[in-house]
Amino acid sequence: MSALGSYALLLALALAGYSFLFGLLALAARPPGWERLSETARRAGIASFGTVLIAAVVLVTSAFRNDFSIAYIFHHSNRDLPLPYKFATLWSGQEGSLLFWSLLLSGYGLVLRLRHKTDEALFAHASVVIAGVQVFFLLLLNFAARPFAVMQGTLPADGNGLTSLLQYPEMVIHPPMLYLGYVGFTVPFAFALGALVMKYPGDKWIHITRRWTMVTWAFLSLGIPLGAHWAYYVLGWGGYWGWDPVENASLLPWLTGTAFLHSVMMQEKRGMLKVWNMWLVFTTFWLSILGTYLTRSGVLNSVHAFAQSPIGGWFKWFLVIIFVVFAGFFFKNKSYLTSEHKLESLVSRESSFLFNNLLFVLACFTVLWGTWFPLISELLQGHKVTVGPPFFNSVIVPVALLLLLLTAVGPLLAWRKTSLDSLRRNFLWPALGALAVAALMLIFGVRPWRDLSYFYALMTAMLATLVVLTVTSEFVRGSRVISRHTEQNLAASMLHLCHRNTRRYGGYIVHFGVALLFLGILGTVFNQEGEKEMAFGDKLVVGPYTLVCRSYTQEERPNYSADVAIMEVFKSGRQMDTLYPESRFYPANQQQQHIPSVRSTLKEDLYVVYEGQNPETGRPIIKAHLNPLVSWIWIGVLVMIFGTIVALVPNAAPVRSVVPADAAANVRVRPAPVGAGD
Amino acid sequence: MPRSQSKTRLTRFSHSVHKMATLIPLKRFRMVPAILLGTLLLLGAGDDSARVDRLGHKMICMCGCNQILLECNHLRCPSLTPMHAELVAAVDRGDADDAIVQSFVQEYGAVVLAAPTTRGFDRIAWIMPYAALVLGILLVAFVVRVWRNRPLPTAVGVPAPAAQAELDRFRAQVRKETDL
Repeated sequence: MSALGSYALLLALALAGYSFLFGLLALAARPPGWERLSETARRAGIASFGTVLIAAVVLVTSAFRNDFSIAYIFHHSNRDLPLPYKFATLWSGQEGSLLFWSLLLSGYGLVLRLRHKTDEALFAHASVVIAGVQVFFLLLLNFAARPFAVMQGTLPADGNGLTSLLQYPEMVIHPPMLYLGYVGFTVPFAFALGALVMKYPGDKWIHITRRWTMVTWAFLSLGIPLGAHWAYYVLGWGGYWGWDPVENASLLPWLTGTAFLHSVMMQEKRGMLKVWNMWLVFTTFWLSILGTYLTRSGVLNSVHAFAQSPIGGWFKWFLVIIFVVFAGFFFKNKSYLTSEHKLESLVSRESSFLFNNLLFVLACFTVLWGTWFPLISELLQGHKVTVGPPFFNSVIVPVALLLLLLTAVGPLLAWRKTSLDSLRRNFLWPALGALAVAALMLIFGVRPWRDLSYFYALMTAMLATLVVLTVTSEFVRGSRVISRHTEQNLAASMLHLCHRNTRRYGGYIVHFGVALLFLGILGTVFNQEGEKEMAFGDKLVVGPYTLVCRSYTQEERPNYSADVAIMEVFKSGRQMDTLYPESRFYPANQQQQHIPSVRSTLKEDLYVVYEGQNPETGRPIIKAHLNPLVSWIWIGVLVMIFGTIVALVPNAAPVRSVVPADAAANVRVRPAPVGAGD
Repeated sequence: MPRSQSKTRLTRFSHSVHKMATLIPLKRFRMVPAILLGTLLLLGAGDDSARVDRLGHKMICMCGCNQILLECNHLRCPSLTPMHAELVAAVDRGDADDAIVQSFVQEYGAVVLAAPTTRGFDRIAWIMPYAALVLGILLVAFVVRVWRNRPLPTAVGVPAPAAQAELDRFRAQVRKETDL
C-alpha cells in the first residue's frame, strides 16, 4: 500500500510539474501550436487531482486497515481508535495534513480547470499559478515530509494513537473547514497574478475572484469559530480564544480577506483601489502560507503546532519566491492598474471602505506583530518574551470597536457623496436605540468609569445595537418600497428585496451576525468562576447556580477510561440539570484529558470541569465557570455563514410593479435609502 | 501601603471599636465588634485573593502550555502548583506587586510575564500598533488628498449631444454604481 501511495505522489509531482512548466512555456514563449500545449498542461493539472486523491485514499485506507508498517499511521492511529477519527488521521499529523493541503489545492485546481471556458486565457494563467503552488507542496510530500515512509525494524503490534485532544467530533470537521479556507485563497491569488501578468482588461477577473474569495472566506469564517468551539468544549480552561500563535495564524488571512471583500467593491463600482486590491489578494495568500509555516516549523511555541521539523526552511524560501515573483510582475505592469475615478467626498461609501480597510490591515499587522515579537525580542535582546492575551486584548479591542462603528455607519453612506442631512435622518433612531441600551446597562450596574473592561463592554453593546438597528432599518425601508409596488406583505417583500440584491442584503446579514458575535464576546467581561474539592453532597456556588456533588463513577470505553463526576445543578432551590464532567485517560499514548460538561442557554453557560484528584487529600477537584452570552458567538457565526450563502445566490430580476402607473405617481415619494448600492 | 502597617491599623481600629462597644450597655450590641472585625478581615482576605487573581493573570504557566498561570488546567501540572503557592505566599507576606513580579522574572525569566513590559525594548511591542495606526491614517489622508485633487477629463467647448450608445453606457454605469 505504501508503495502505491508513494508512486501516486511522484506521479502527481510529475503531472503538476508538467502543468506548470509547459503551461508557462505556452503562455510566455507562445511557440507554434501553443494552444494545444496549454491544453495539455490544463489536462495534466486535472490528472494531478486524481493522483493526489489516490495517495490520500491510500493513507486513509491504511489507517482503517491498521497498517502500522507506515510510520505516519503508527504515530497517529491505533487499533481501538473510533472510525471517524481514523478518517481524521489524514490531517492529524504533519505529513498527512500536507497531503490534505495538496489534495484540496488540486481539488480547487480541478474546478478552476474544468471551468476554463469562462475565459480561457485568464484561466490558463491562473492554472499555471496553481500548478506552481502544487509543485511546491508535492516536492515537500515527496522529499521532506513523506506520508508513506515505512517503519524500520520489527513491526509494532499497535499504534501510538491519535492525540487525545483531537479525539472530539469537531476535529473531523474543523481542520477541513480551516484548510478549505487557507488553501482556497490560492485561487484568488492565482487569478490576481494571472490578470497582472496578462494586463487583463476590464473587471471580469475581479468578479470571478470575488466569488471564489467569498466561498473561501466562508470556509475560514466557519473553520476558525469551529476551532474556538472545539477549544471551549475540549481544552477545559473555560475560554474559546487564547491568542495562541496558531490561532493568530488562522486569523491573519481572514482579516486581509475580509478587507479585500470590502475593497473589491470599490474596484467593481468605481474602478478604484486596483493596486491595493492586488496587494490585498497577494497578502492574504501569503499569510495563508505563513500560517502553514508557523503551524509546521515549530518556530513559535504553541499548543496547536506540529512538532519541530525541517520543512520550515522550505516554507521560508517559498514565501520569498512568491513575494519576489508577485512584486516583480507588479512593478513591471503596475501602469495598467490606474484608478478610474476620484474621491468626491469624505462622507461617502468610498471613504468608509478606506477606513475599514485601514482598520482590518491594522488589526492584521497588530496580530502579526504580537505573534512575531517574541522572536524579534530574542533576536535583538537575546531573550524571548511572552506576548499573550493581555497584550492582544489591549491593542485589538479598540480597533475592533472602531470596525464595529464603521459596520454600523457604512451602510448608511452612499457611493460618491452623502449629505449630512440624510445621514442624520437615517442615523437618528438607531443612535437613540444604542443610547437606550447604554442607559439600561448603567441602570443594571455596569460602571464604565470603574474598569476599562466595563467601558469596552458598554461600547460593544452600544455599537452592536447600532449595527443591528441600522441593518434592520435598511431592510425595513427597502421592504416598504417593494411592498408599496407589489402589494405584498412586509415579510414577503423582505424576501423579495434580499433576492433582488443578494450581495447587498447578504452582506447586511453578515454584519448582523458580526454584531451578535460581538455581543457574545462582551459576555467575557462578566465571567465568574469557582473551584472546590468536593466530596459527596458538597456544594459549590457560582453566580445563581448551586452545584451539588452526587457521585463519582469510573467508566471503561473502547479507547479510554473515564472518571466521571455527577453534579446536580440547582437554581433558586430548583433542580435544573445534571452535568457529567469527565477526566479521561488514553492508554495508547498515556495522555490525560478533562472534558467539561456545559449547560448552555442563551443567557449563559455553566461550564463544569472535573480537574482530577488533589494528590495530597485524594479529594476530587471541581471547577465551575459561569460564562454569560457565549451561545451568541456561535449563533453569530451561523448568521454570518447564512449571510454569505445569501450573498452567493444570483440576483432575481427586478420586481414588476402591480400598482398602476397613475396610482404609482400618486404614492408619496420618500427619499431613497441613502445607502443605495452595496 | 505595606501589609504589616495595614494590619497594625486594623488591629488598633478593632480595639477601639471593641472599647466603644463595651461602653454601650445593651447586650445585643456585644457582638458588633466581632462582626465588624470579622467583616474587615474578610474584606482583607478578599483583597488578597483579588491580588493573587490579578497577579496570576499577569503571568503564564511555565509548563509549556502558554496559558495564563491561573487558567492552566493541566492535571497535576508540575509548574502551576508551585508557582501558585509561591504567589500566594508572596501576597501573604505583604510583598508589593512589583516585587512579586520581579521575583518571578528573576526565577523564570522574562518569558513568565503574559505581556511585554512597558520598559526598554519591550516598549516597542506596545508602541508599534499605535504607530502603525498613525501611519495608516496619514497614508489614507494622503491617498484621499491625491484622489480629490486628481483632474477629471475636461471637455473642450460645448459638449456635443450624447449618442444613443453613449447614453446607454451612462445608464449602465448609473445602474452599476447605485444598484437601482
